[in-house]
Amino acid sequence: MSTNPNRTGNSAVWLGAHVGLPALVVIGFLVGWHLAVRWSGSDLFPTPLEVFYGIVELARHGLLVKYIVASLFRVSWGFGCAVAVGIPLGLTLGWFRPAFLAINPMIQILRPISPIAWIPVAILWFGVKDSAPIFLIFLASVFPITVSAMAAVQNMQSVYIRAAQNFGLRGFRLFRRVIFPAALPQIITGVRIALGVAWLVVVAAEMIAVNSGLGYLIIDARNAGKRYDLVVAGMVLIGIIGLFLDLLVRRLEKFDEVRWGYGQQ
Amino acid sequence: MDNSERLIQVRDTWMSFPGKTPGQPIHVLENVNFDIRAGEFVCIVGPSGCGKSTLLNILGGFLKETRGVVRVEGELVAGPDPGRIFVFQENGVFPWLTVEQNAGFGLLSRSETERAERVKHYLQMVGLTGFEKAYPRELSGGMRQRVEIARALAAEARVLYMDEPFGALDFLTRLKMRNDLIRIWQAEHKTIIFVTHDIEEAVQLADRVLVMSRRPATVQAEVVVDLPRPRDLDASEYLATRDQIFSIMGMDAYGDEREVSLRAPALASEARGF
Repeated sequence: MSTNPNRTGNSAVWLGAHVGLPALVVIGFLVGWHLAVRWSGSDLFPTPLEVFYGIVELARHGLLVKYIVASLFRVSWGFGCAVAVGIPLGLTLGWFRPAFLAINPMIQILRPISPIAWIPVAILWFGVKDSAPIFLIFLASVFPITVSAMAAVQNMQSVYIRAAQNFGLRGFRLFRRVIFPAALPQIITGVRIALGVAWLVVVAAEMIAVNSGLGYLIIDARNAGKRYDLVVAGMVLIGIIGLFLDLLVRRLEKFDEVRWGYGQQ
Repeated sequence: MDNSERLIQVRDTWMSFPGKTPGQPIHVLENVNFDIRAGEFVCIVGPSGCGKSTLLNILGGFLKETRGVVRVEGELVAGPDPGRIFVFQENGVFPWLTVEQNAGFGLLSRSETERAERVKHYLQMVGLTGFEKAYPRELSGGMRQRVEIARALAAEARVLYMDEPFGALDFLTRLKMRNDLIRIWQAEHKTIIFVTHDIEEAVQLADRVLVMSRRPATVQAEVVVDLPRPRDLDASEYLATRDQIFSIMGMDAYGDEREVSLRAPALASEARGF
């Protein structure tokens, strides 16, 4: 678009560094993978091309979109509930010292328990419906969000609070106009980490006898006839969608209201 | 000074903080007494860590004195007050708001048009016209301090408490900010209490300088700076006033003597007669 040769030059360099280099690495990886399968003579493990055909096959059967939507649906609910619970809870614990003292130890005990350990409990409580994996995803993502919101309030520069009190702000107005915006950059970082964890857990969560989703695809393809092309196809899809989810949340960090919180970029 | 003139009245005020060991509190202020008239520009100077900021925080309502009477505008200070705005050393401008949103922060109860008018007026006064939509991270340190001053002025603060507001700025910016602050003060008739460790700054700005002693600090001396503004920094009266304050603090105005006195705190306590 630009006629300025210097600018065009710069954008070419930018494209090269941000698209060209990663693409080279991916291509190198695919070639290495292909050669490794060929040389080892494995007839179970698929080549990249076989994985690609596997994805095409899924698409033909209408399963590709169905499974992706099913997984995203569960993650949306589990993660959405975690945001709805974690942010207010974390802010409250960060602001009210007695609440922090009372509840934080309990959180620190629950936090290190892997969501996978909760699978039997989830089945017991929710059966084999969609609510079981949603519960597991919620558990996995609620703690990073709570802890980051809590730390954000506790580590806030006191000068903001003092300035706001000086202008007569109290209670909810103080919270809405100063505490929340001051904590927001760190909360977004917590949300980003939590979404990564939520997507990570979807596979384990879908091992519960649900019959759709990318996690289900992987387990089902292995159990019903050792279709490793479909197993790897599921893995690849999970990776690519995870990348897009992260890019999506990263856009939140670009808003002017929070950019101050991320250092000089 | 008769009673009606006393905007700020500090009587027999003491302040201690709990120390590392219980029963051994750290005494920061002892027996502080002074008055400030409405419209006065008073600087508080003293050695680093002597409790100047503590005193200002007590006036501002952010700290409660251990003992004594602190009366501002006729009432005992019970907490921060929107009519008396603190300008912070570490800069209290909100980074998530634009310059104009920051300047209008104290005007939320006003109508949109009135707020816009006042913000425009005071941003112009502090020289930030054209930066209304900028965010603080895009501004220099001096400009951020201007935003904070504009925010206080726009909110119709009658008193400004300034805690080393230019301390983090470079030399030339500091000089410019001092001149601008005097100009604004003369136009707006505010009362300003300005804490600094920089004696030259105090003599350039103030009607009156309160010199604090080392900790536990008290008001050691009160120096009236009866010089016309804008102040001639080469005038012998200016230099004499400056040197007078230096000598009260147990040092003189040249070069490394400052360092000598910093290394030998005993000097200052001797001067206080302890």
